[in-house]
Amino acid sequence: MTKYIIKRILLSVVILFFVSLILYLLIRCMPVSFIENKFNEINSAGNLTEEDFKRLLAIYGLEDNSFGGIIRGYFGWLGNFLKGDMGVSFQKQNPVSQVIGETMGISFGIAFVALIIELIIAIPLGIKCATNQYGKFDYATTVLCMTLMAFPSFFLGNLFIKIFAVDLGWFDIGGLNSGSLQGVSFFVRFGDMVWHLILPITVMVLLDIGPMMRYTRTNTLEVLNADYIRTARAKGLSESKVVYKHVFRNTLIPLITLLSSTLPMLFGGAMITETVFAIPGIGQTAYNALKVGDIPLAMGYNMFIAILTVVGVLLADIMYAVVDPRVKLGK
Amino acid sequence: MEENKKENGVETATPTEKENFNDNLHGENLTERAKVLSPGMTVLKRFFRSKLSIIGLVAIIILFLFSFVGPLFSPWSGNGGTIKDYDPASRPILGTYSTIEYIGPDGNVYTAYDVTIDELLDYVSLGDISGSHWLGTTYEGYDVFTRLMYGGRVSLTIGFVVIILETLIGVVLGGLAGYFGKWVDNLIMRIVDILSCIPSLPIMLILSAVFESANIMDISRLYYMMAILCLMGWTGTARLVRGQILSLREQEFMLAAKCSGLSTGKKIFKHLLPNVIPQLIVSMTLGLGSIILMEATLGYLGIGAPPEAATWGTMIELASNARYRNFYPNLWLGAGICITLAILAFNFVGDGLRDAFDPKMKR
Repeated sequence: MTKYIIKRILLSVVILFFVSLILYLLIRCMPVSFIENKFNEINSAGNLTEEDFKRLLAIYGLEDNSFGGIIRGYFGWLGNFLKGDMGVSFQKQNPVSQVIGETMGISFGIAFVALIIELIIAIPLGIKCATNQYGKFDYATTVLCMTLMAFPSFFLGNLFIKIFAVDLGWFDIGGLNSGSLQGVSFFVRFGDMVWHLILPITVMVLLDIGPMMRYTRTNTLEVLNADYIRTARAKGLSESKVVYKHVFRNTLIPLITLLSSTLPMLFGGAMITETVFAIPGIGQTAYNALKVGDIPLAMGYNMFIAILTVVGVLLADIMYAVVDPRVKLGK
Repeated sequence: MEENKKENGVETATPTEKENFNDNLHGENLTERAKVLSPGMTVLKRFFRSKLSIIGLVAIIILFLFSFVGPLFSPWSGNGGTIKDYDPASRPILGTYSTIEYIGPDGNVYTAYDVTIDELLDYVSLGDISGSHWLGTTYEGYDVFTRLMYGGRVSLTIGFVVIILETLIGVVLGGLAGYFGKWVDNLIMRIVDILSCIPSLPIMLILSAVFESANIMDISRLYYMMAILCLMGWTGTARLVRGQILSLREQEFMLAAKCSGLSTGKKIFKHLLPNVIPQLIVSMTLGLGSIILMEATLGYLGIGAPPEAATWGTMIELASNARYRNFYPNLWLGAGICITLAILAFNFVGDGLRDAFDPKMKR
């Protein structure tokens, strides 16, 4: 097992090396003058003078756009990255790690709350569907889940804003707090934030609940056909005891694997949902950085997501073996 | 009983004949009574037994007719050509207008509108829903309903082209990896690992900036984007094909193929791949939805087709403008519904096909 994990980690490092190389080469396809123009548009306030910007480019070795220059630039970036220095964001003028750290909190909070709600709804629903397989309830829930899965996030988000925020006026949207909140107590601020976040969290829950429900349903069906469930029934347990004690627990095993692979989503932010609701999380920050070619922040964010993906996959495989002793890792 | 017979691909012809079956058994030829279903027919039968797959199929057919035949019946251009669809008489302009007809130098009769605007409106050409413009007109003056049809053409065509290219790449590379194993397998699967670690939306955003810097801003930007999507999206198919071939190549029929001295190409294309086709069809159908979604996402973020081109993506982009979102839902609601409907329909059909192809499905 240890040998297997070490092998996988080493492989992950190789994968991440190539991922970073591809990302860097793509980002460097942009001419420097283009990036400069983009920044002049944004920086009309003039926090960043042209000399500052040139100096920044020089620090990152971004001036030389020949092939050799790009390769040298890459290894310069890689060296700094390994030292934990991802550079300074052109846009925010703060270190990239600081920007990611600051914006990640709110994204994580939203995603975490959404995930908990999803689990609370999806697991009982999935089990109920499986125990009434092909019944009316199962059919209705499956159709509902598939419909929700078909909605594009930006469409559902904007539709909800239009209906609930604009037409009905129930919620305020855009950002985390109303602008007029000054000098109020923490609880009022917090309540205001919750009020702002109900819509985005609802949208996230609705969009992601489908796959989780169907996954639970499939797993429960598999468990229901297992021999030990027949044994449990044969020894005369009541149906509710069979379902809630034996089936439920065993359904959770594959779910832990699923949870491990939600890691990038949990920390990486929902780029489109955050953009739609103007939430200043990591997703929206990265979106802006990517659109204008903020090279340090774009590289930092993409690497962050790639690392999360690799770790998520690895964690899912390990967790699979940890929670289910029948699974043996490695060849 | 009946179920079991169907599973075996043999079904009695009609219920009434079945009732008489025992009486007439002697002397009659059994094959006259029993209809033998080919495997393909069995799958079709099972597919059409599910209501959801029929709904999905009907929705897909309707969407196709709407997009490809519909524009023929529309009097408007919608497509972003040079002709504007609105006519000033139906505009919500606060003012007066008079029409002047004159004969141009080329001999044709032209109508000119002399419009006096009392109050300057911001969104002059935004038409309301009316009898001639079922969903109103856009700011540029295009008929929204016709644009929806033309948008479907682009979105659906792109979906099909991309999924076919992706599947081709995936089948070839996955097949090579699965059949040859060893270092070929290792190399291809590591490429798959790397590609599946790269987040696709950020890549698209980076590329949009790259294309912008290279001044590629017309519809070809969307095609380039989709080409990149093909290059990144084949990994799922490759994994699927590889996994299937790994297990298939160990089976007895492959040993038989080997013993009869078939060439490698024949073994792969005649004996291995046909066995993967059911899974491929399912994954292609389900993948179609996600490509339509990707096109719409690119459109919404304003990095796909240019705004004047009609695709469902560019139409729903209008929802990102707060003014349109709040006061002109007729501009973007239709596109959103079309996208959702298309994805849903492909998912229904894909699910139906998966159940139909799965011999273990008991129902």
